[in-house]
Amino acid sequence: MNPIQSLGAGAISQVASIGRAGVMLFGAIFAIPRLKNVPLTLQQMFVVGVQSLLIIVVSGLFIGMVMALQGYTILVDYGAEGSLGPMVALSLLRELGPVVTALLFAGRAGSALTAEIGLMKATEQLSSLEMMAVDPLRRVVAPRFWAGFISMPMLALIFSSVGILGGHLVGVDWLGVDAGSYWSLMQSSVEFGSDIGNGIIKSLVFALVVTWIAIFRGYDCTPTSEGISKATTQTVVYSSLAVLGLDFILTALMFGIE
Amino acid sequence: MDNIVDIDNMTFSRSGRVIYNDISLKVPKGKITAVMGPSGIGKTTLLRLIGGQLAPDAGDIRFAGESIVSMNRSTLYKTRRRMSMLFQSGALFTDMTVHQNVAFPLKEHTRLDSDIIDTIVALKLQAVGLRGAANLMPSELSGGMARRAALARAIALDPDLIMYDEPFAGQDPISMGVLVKLIRQLNDALGVTSIVVTHDVTEVLTIADYVYIMADKKIIGEGTAEQIRNSESPLVQQFLQGEADGPVPFHYPADKLENALFGEKT
Repeated sequence: MNPIQSLGAGAISQVASIGRAGVMLFGAIFAIPRLKNVPLTLQQMFVVGVQSLLIIVVSGLFIGMVMALQGYTILVDYGAEGSLGPMVALSLLRELGPVVTALLFAGRAGSALTAEIGLMKATEQLSSLEMMAVDPLRRVVAPRFWAGFISMPMLALIFSSVGILGGHLVGVDWLGVDAGSYWSLMQSSVEFGSDIGNGIIKSLVFALVVTWIAIFRGYDCTPTSEGISKATTQTVVYSSLAVLGLDFILTALMFGIE
Repeated sequence: MDNIVDIDNMTFSRSGRVIYNDISLKVPKGKITAVMGPSGIGKTTLLRLIGGQLAPDAGDIRFAGESIVSMNRSTLYKTRRRMSMLFQSGALFTDMTVHQNVAFPLKEHTRLDSDIIDTIVALKLQAVGLRGAANLMPSELSGGMARRAALARAIALDPDLIMYDEPFAGQDPISMGVLVKLIRQLNDALGVTSIVVTHDVTEVLTIADYVYIMADKKIIGEGTAEQIRNSESPLVQQFLQGEADGPVPFHYPADKLENALFGEKT
C-alpha cells in the first residue's frame, strides 16, 4: 500500500470507529433504564469510584501542598502571601481538580474498565450474554458508563477539597500564613457559579469522554491478549489527550473572553 | 414442522474471505445433528449465524420456521430465549459462583421466586453432576467441570435447541465420556434438539443421529453415522482417518521449496 492509500485507509477506519463508538454509546445510554440495573450501577460505582478514592485523596493532598509551597515563595516577594488561599482554591477548582482527576481516573479506572470488558469479550462472556438474550450493552456497558459518569465529578470535588486542606497544611500550619486571610480571601474570591460550577461542568465532560473511551476500547478490542493490551494503552493515551485538549477549549469558553 | 433449523443456500463471507458458499443444511427436531470439519473453516461461525449474531450475505436461516435473517432486534432476542449455546470456553461469568451463573438466565428472564430458582438451579446442577460444586467460583473448576457448569446454565431455561461449540476440545478421556453421555441424555430426557460442532470424529459418531461434514466452504458429505463411515468420498475418508495429506493438503499453498531455497530472489 502506498502512503496515500494507507493514510486514506487509516482515516476511514478512524471514522468508522467513531461511528461504532457513537452507536455503542447510543445503545448503552438511551436504552430504556431497568430497575434491575440500579444495583449493578451502584456496584460499579464502588469499583470505579470508591476504590479510586485513595489515589485521588493522596494526589489531591500532595498537589495542594506543592501549590502552597510554590505559591508562597512567589507571593511572599510581593508581600501578597495572604492571597495564597484564593490561589490554591481557584487553581484547584477551575483546573487541576477536574483535569488531574480525569487523568488519574483514566489510568486507575478507565484502564481497568477496558481490560475487564475486553477480557469478557475474549472469554466469550459478551457473546454468551447475547445468546442468553441479554443485551450486553445494557447489562455490562451501561452500568459501567453511568458509574464512571457519576463518580468522576464527585472525585474531582473531593480532590479539590483535599487539595485546599493540603494547601492549608503547608501555607498556614508550616509557613505561617494567617489562617483568617487564607479562608476569608478564598471565600470572597471563589464564586459558586463561575468557579465551582464551571469546574463541575468540566469534570462532567471529562467523565463522559474518559468513560466512553474506556468502555468503547474494551468493547471494540481484538479479543486476544495483544488486542487487550493495545486497547488498554489506547484508553489511557486517548483519554489523556482528549482531556487536555478539551480542557483548553472549555477554559477558553468559560474564562477566556469576557 | 419437522426441522427446527433450516439453512437454505446460505453464503457468508468475512473481511472479503468467503466462509460458506451456498450451503443448505437441516436440523431435525429432537435429534442430535453433528457438524464436523477441519479447524478454521468456521464451524463456530455457523452457530453464530443460527443464533443471529452474524448475518449471511445471501440465503436464509430459519428457526422453527421463522427467518432469523429478517427478524427485528426484539423478536430476535425473544427467539434466542428458546435456544442456547455452550461455548468452547464455557464462558461462565467469572465474578459469579456456579450457582449464580446457572441462576442468571432465570433471574433475567423470569419472575420466579428465589426459592424456586434455587430449586431449579439445584436440579440443573444435579443433571450435570455438579450440585456439590454450586458454591465454587469458575476459576476453581477444571476445564471439564466448567463446561458442565456452562451446560447447566444452557439448559436452565429449558431451550428447544442447544448448540455445542467444540464440546470435546481439550478434554481428558473421562470428561469426554461424561460430556458425550450428557449430550445424549439431555437430548433424550429434555426432548431438545442438539447441534454439535466438533472435529472429534469417534466421539460424535457414537451419538449423532445425522452428520454433516464441511470443508472448503461447502458441505462435502452428509448422512447417518453409518453412511458417513462408509462414504466413498476421499475427502470424507481423509477426515475420518485423520490422514496428514490428501485432498486437504499438508502444505499451506506456497512457492516450490526448490525455488525458495535455490531460486533467484525476487
